[in-house]
Amino acid sequence: MIYRECGIYRTSYAKDMALFPIPLDRWATYAIAAAAFLAVPLLASDYWIGGLIVPFLCFALAALGLNFLTGYAGQLSLGHAAFMGVGAYAALILYARYSAPLLLSLLGAGLVAAGVGVLFGTPSLRIKGFYLAVSTLAAQFIIEWVITHVKWIGGGVYATIDTPPLRIMNWWLIDTPVEKYYLTLAVVVALTVFGRNLVRSRVGRAWMAIRDRDVAAEIMGISLFRYKLLAFAVSSFYAGVAGGLISFTYYAAANVEEFNLFLSFRLLGMIIIGGMGSILGSYLGAGFIVLLPIFISQFLGGVGKVVGRLVTTDLLANVELMVFGGLIIFFLIVEPLGLARLWRTLKDYLRLWPFPY
Amino acid sequence: MSGDLLFGVELAVSGLLVGVMYSLVALGFVLIFKSSGIFNFAQGAMTLFAALALVGFLPRLGMGVSILAVLAVMVALAFAVERVVLRPLVARPPLALFMATIGLGFFLEGLAQAIWGTQPKGLDIGIPDTPYVVGGLLLSRLDLAGAAAAGVLVLGLIVFFQKTTLGLGLRAVSDDHEAALSVGIPLGRAWAVTWAIAGVVAVVAGVLWGSRLGVQFSLSLVALKALPVLIIGGIESIPGAILAGLIVGAAERLAGGFIDPLVGGGVKDFSPYLLAMIFLIFRPYGLFGREIIERV
Repeated sequence: MIYRECGIYRTSYAKDMALFPIPLDRWATYAIAAAAFLAVPLLASDYWIGGLIVPFLCFALAALGLNFLTGYAGQLSLGHAAFMGVGAYAALILYARYSAPLLLSLLGAGLVAAGVGVLFGTPSLRIKGFYLAVSTLAAQFIIEWVITHVKWIGGGVYATIDTPPLRIMNWWLIDTPVEKYYLTLAVVVALTVFGRNLVRSRVGRAWMAIRDRDVAAEIMGISLFRYKLLAFAVSSFYAGVAGGLISFTYYAAANVEEFNLFLSFRLLGMIIIGGMGSILGSYLGAGFIVLLPIFISQFLGGVGKVVGRLVTTDLLANVELMVFGGLIIFFLIVEPLGLARLWRTLKDYLRLWPFPY
Repeated sequence: MSGDLLFGVELAVSGLLVGVMYSLVALGFVLIFKSSGIFNFAQGAMTLFAALALVGFLPRLGMGVSILAVLAVMVALAFAVERVVLRPLVARPPLALFMATIGLGFFLEGLAQAIWGTQPKGLDIGIPDTPYVVGGLLLSRLDLAGAAAAGVLVLGLIVFFQKTTLGLGLRAVSDDHEAALSVGIPLGRAWAVTWAIAGVVAVVAGVLWGSRLGVQFSLSLVALKALPVLIIGGIESIPGAILAGLIVGAAERLAGGFIDPLVGGGVKDFSPYLLAMIFLIFRPYGLFGREIIERV
């Protein structure tokens, strides 16, 4: 009743291929976009925008990139955070040292990360599964080392590059959290629309064919060489842009410490919990993981008050690890397609509700 | 020049001994992979868990009883893991199992530290850390003890996998879960036994590494060092794990001694990965791994 597909006639090719063929979906998407652009800056406090929503968007973008690689093309990566790091440094080197325009710096960050991603993706042509996981892990360590030890990149002992004031076209200063939020949102929305279209194009279908059975895909004439490397390139591009964006708007510096192995695992956790092979899932998972520490500290804080004991930060960190690990296992067992699948199930239910027969 | 040479030999020997310890951790991975086809990312967390548990028990129980208690805990943990994590995931893609072990690793790290605390603790197992001097070379007693323990473990495991019915059954399980089930191998029990053995290996590794580095979070990172060992040795080969551990240990020490001063440090830490990358490109199944030919 509420969510239904009947009465929708697709009378032209364009209508059939529309991103959201169902009006309710379309309107819901517009409503969410309007809320994101108008309501969030009006309603949310600066702390929420600057401290939670902006990093959430950046992580969602990185998770989306990882989802292309792992969820769509089926290649596991444990070094995704390192590609974010590459993007962060590339963006800041372009913007701070060579004073390239802001958006071009982000584009450059993506392209550099894509290049590095392709380089580390080449082993995927020969190996898969765990072996590939280990080789991407190697990418994580090697990239971290290169950033810290090549003076030209990191520029010093702590390998940190501070973000100068952000300006677009030399006159529009991006300074307040809301302005940074708009910058992030614009980039993220553009790349999401692009990604959403990409996965239903020839490229996306080729990736899914490779994921489901690489031998069969090859026999159908899909070039594994091209599409696997393309998956690495696109996924690293997204990671690179996300890394550049988060250094511009949230960390206020590019620091290799932020893009460590644990972030790689967190990104993997985001797509497992959110949903492998789903654009929406990347967002749900990122939101979930970003909010998780807050939920846990609130919850344990409440429990601690009732029991009358102080909850230490040590305990919080450890409980967070346990819940994170436990959730990964839980979702793998109970709902391998993640939160996105739960959403889908809800929609299927609402299709007939309240008249099931 | 001869000073350099002696330095090099000393580095190589100490590297080989450290390598034995890497092999020990890698052995845990190999065991689980060989007998269930699962790449167990939680091995490092299990090592940390075992070491923390041992340190936690020590003040109350004394050395002998504590070690028995830790072994019991690890066996119980193995059965719990089989029941809660592995059994629901039978016949699912290997990558799902792999990711589940990543989650398990985080869970165990959190649990161990929530129970026994995050403070680094010393672990004294009664072997003095004073070196033997053999012909001008310094050899650490601790490393020698580690090497001996590893040797005994490996011999036992080789006999287990080659000679016993359960060992053969486990090798069948690693090839194909469903096929093994259909010829009557009790999959659940087989997995529980393997994880219990891997738990025992984790105890040994935890004790040796713990007494060397102190018992703290970084123990679980030792497992990351074991991954290149696996790649180089071949993921299902016990002798491969040993040999590759030695190679990695020696390469790491030599890189640390000779290359690090030239480029400003840090090569030591990722030289194993560099080596592993080279193997992945030219010999992906490692030194002794089974060559699975798939032409795609």
